[in-house]
This record gives sequence, C-alpha cells and structure tokens, in this order.
Amino acid sequence: MKKEKLDLEDYRKLLKQYLLTHDETALYQAEQLSKLSVQHNVSPEEIIHVHIEALKELYPNLQKEVSDSLNFLLEAMISYGLALQEYQSLREKQSALESEISVAANMQKTLLQTKKPTIKGLDIGAVSVPANQMNGDYYHFIEGADGTLGIALADVIGKGVPAALAMSMIKYSMDSFPEQLRQPAQILESLNRVVERNVDTSMFITMFYGLYNPVSQTFGFSSAGHEPGFFYFHETESFSEITARGLVLGATSDARYNEEIMTIAEGDAIILLTDGVTECHLGDRFIERDEVLEVIKHYLHLPAQEAVEKVYKHFERLQDFHLRDDFTLIILKKEN
Amino acid sequence: MEIKPCVNIRQEWDIVGARQLGREKAKELGFGTVDQARIATAISELARNIYLYAGTGKVYFETIDRLDKKGLKVVAVDEGPGIRDLSQVMQDGYSTSGGLGAGLPGVKRLMDTFEINTEWGEGTEIIAVKWVR
Repeated sequence: MKKEKLDLEDYRKLLKQYLLTHDETALYQAEQLSKLSVQHNVSPEEIIHVHIEALKELYPNLQKEVSDSLNFLLEAMISYGLALQEYQSLREKQSALESEISVAANMQKTLLQTKKPTIKGLDIGAVSVPANQMNGDYYHFIEGADGTLGIALADVIGKGVPAALAMSMIKYSMDSFPEQLRQPAQILESLNRVVERNVDTSMFITMFYGLYNPVSQTFGFSSAGHEPGFFYFHETESFSEITARGLVLGATSDARYNEEIMTIAEGDAIILLTDGVTECHLGDRFIERDEVLEVIKHYLHLPAQEAVEKVYKHFERLQDFHLRDDFTLIILKKEN
Repeated sequence: MEIKPCVNIRQEWDIVGARQLGREKAKELGFGTVDQARIATAISELARNIYLYAGTGKVYFETIDRLDKKGLKVVAVDEGPGIRDLSQVMQDGYSTSGGLGAGLPGVKRLMDTFEINTEWGEGTEIIAVKWVR
C-alpha cells in the first residue's frame, strides 16, 4: 500500500484560510483532504500531527496547554489508525475471497452444465438460479441409447459452497454409472450409498429422478424426499401432485425407493421443482403451493423454456430480486 | 556489557511503567511525536499480552546505533503458556478482546520489524524494532 505524505504546506494554508475567514470553501477542501487521506491510508494520528505542526507555524507562541492537549489527542487516535489499517487489509482479503468464489462458481457452471436434449414430441424448459454465487440445486438430462430421457433433479439443503461441493459429487457419481442403469429407483439407491459414505450426516440431499419413455409414452419416477412436482392433465385441465415416497439421500445405507409410472398424453405437462420455488418468501410468509401453481398455470400455454423463465421472473420480482434459496424449475410438455 | 533497561510486568500498573520507559528511550533517540506514540502503543499491547495471558514477564529495551540508522528494539519475554496457533493469532480480524486494531497484528503495523518465538508450554519472546526516520 502506497503511503502518500500529507502535504503540510497545503494543510497549513487551508487552516489559515479557515481561521481567518471561517470560509466554507476551506471546510469543503478539508473534507476532500480527509477522503484522500483515507484512500492513501494516511492514519488519523498523522493528520493530527500535521495539524499540530501547522498550528505551531501559524502561532509560534501557542499556549503550552493547547499543544499538550493536541499531543494527547494524537496518542488517543493511534488505535483508530490501527483499526483503519486492519479494516482495509480485511477488505482486501474479502475481495480476494469473493473473486475466488466467482472463479469457483464459473467452474461449477462448466462442470455441472447439461445440454437440453431435443426429443421428438417433448418440449423441455429448464431454469436454475443460485441464491448466492454457487448453486446447491442441480439438474441433468441423460439421453439413453434406447431413446429414453432421464431427468435428474437434486437439492442440497443449505446453499453456498458446501452445497455446491456436494452437488459436484452427485454429478460425478451419475457420470460413472453404467449406461444400462436407467431405472429411477436403482439410480437413487446407488446415489444414496454414495452420499451415505461420503457426506456428513448433517447435510441432506433430496433428489427426484424421472425416466421418460417415448415409445410407451410413460414417465417413471422415484423420489428421495424431494419437493413434489406436478402433473398437468390436459384432458381435465387439472393438476395433481407427483408423489413418490422415499428417504432423503444419505440417511441410511440401505434405503429403498419406489418407482411409479404414469402414462402421459398429448397436452399433458410434467412440472419439476426445488423448494426454492415453493418456499419463496413474501415478506414474512412463505407463499402457498397453490399460489405457485396459479403462476405456473398462467404461463403453461407458452413454449416450455419461455414458461419457466416467465415463472422465474415472476417470483424474482415478487421477492424484490433477492432469492433466499436456489431456484430450479423444469417443465416438460408432451406434444404430439 | 550494557545493562538493558527493563520493566517487570506483574500487574496492570506495570504496563504504564513500560510505556514510560520506552517513551523516554524513544525521545532520547530522536523519534518524532507520532512515532513515539506508536512505540508506546506497541509496548502497551505487548505488556498487556504478558499481563493477560502469561501473568508475569518482562519488557526490555535496546538502542540500536549503527552508522546508517538508529532504532529502538523492544523485547517482550514471558514464560507463560505460549501461543498454540501462531498463524491464527497473527491474522487480521482475530481478537480475543474484540474490535479491530488490537493484538499482535497491530504491533506489527506500529513497528518496522517484528519477530516472534513461541513454544506451546514454554513461553513467548517478541522482538520488535522501530527505526528513526
């Protein structure tokens, strides 16, 4: 840090001008000087020292008590000077840390990126936005050689760096699974063992895994304690919750997961989300799931990607552009 | 051999004695008022650490008079518990007393050189030098 010497001559002139004229301009310039001193890491005791020297030059016969009292003030300011220096060094550390996190966040984005596949007869929209820099939500599309589409959606309870680290682990594990491992329940059971072995018990991961089969026009799914999504039935224009029972990942080593299968018809939609969507805060209260559904319903006629983005923008605005939790929403619309 | 001016730290009052002696030495060496105040504050911090964490110890002074420069060396020694985690203690923002600006990082800032030797269970020696500008 460069230390700029406070110019005694300038200060003396300014002080003299003020003492003679009580001029506001001198005070304004003193303010500028004060700001500049902070910028250049000039400590308060140095300013007081310059003040004393300037005063002595202007009034060579300065009363002893006055000059003594100013020395007293100088001594009393030493700790403020130290605090200022420490504060500045902490600020530098903080900004170093912040840029490190933003590098990590970019790296995470690259690591966890997933390509939205093009599947005939399926319109896919997905949005995932972290509350802070690092995302504790994760979604992934896995296209099988048999034409099926796997959809993974996971949420670490908690957010920030620890959540993001746990997510990377989930992603790597899934990458290492053999191609023929496609069944939602099996996948969750395998991941459960990985999480149980590698993650602290205080960290919970919920996960949903769905498998769309374009031939049989079915959607099979299992859930590890994940926030239930919704089915939209075109025929009745009604919604129903996607319920599947299962423990959160990592709770026990031998968790079993049920697998449900739904038939989906043209015009139906599958809506998957994390609790960052359903637990939007509105002032002091959480919004109700019904309200979430209302908003989704409002935009559901749009192409899937546009719909998820509109829903996200709606809740972002509702929360004053300040997300409390990572927000992930996926909509799959069955076309003909 | 020169007898080093020394102050034993046994009670809080002795901190003042150490400051006083240090300031006299600093004045003799020709330090300006700002540096005198900084040296006194550094001595305070060192003596206070002895008083708070070691119970007893001493602070002594050496004047350094070389061809190229003059300075004051302040040495604080105690046989207290020592410091277990030195890097933590030397970190900004770490303080047992709370608040910014206190502690050993403060001493390091106030002086020109700072050296610390400590062994857990055996005590601590801190050597700090300020050069006359």
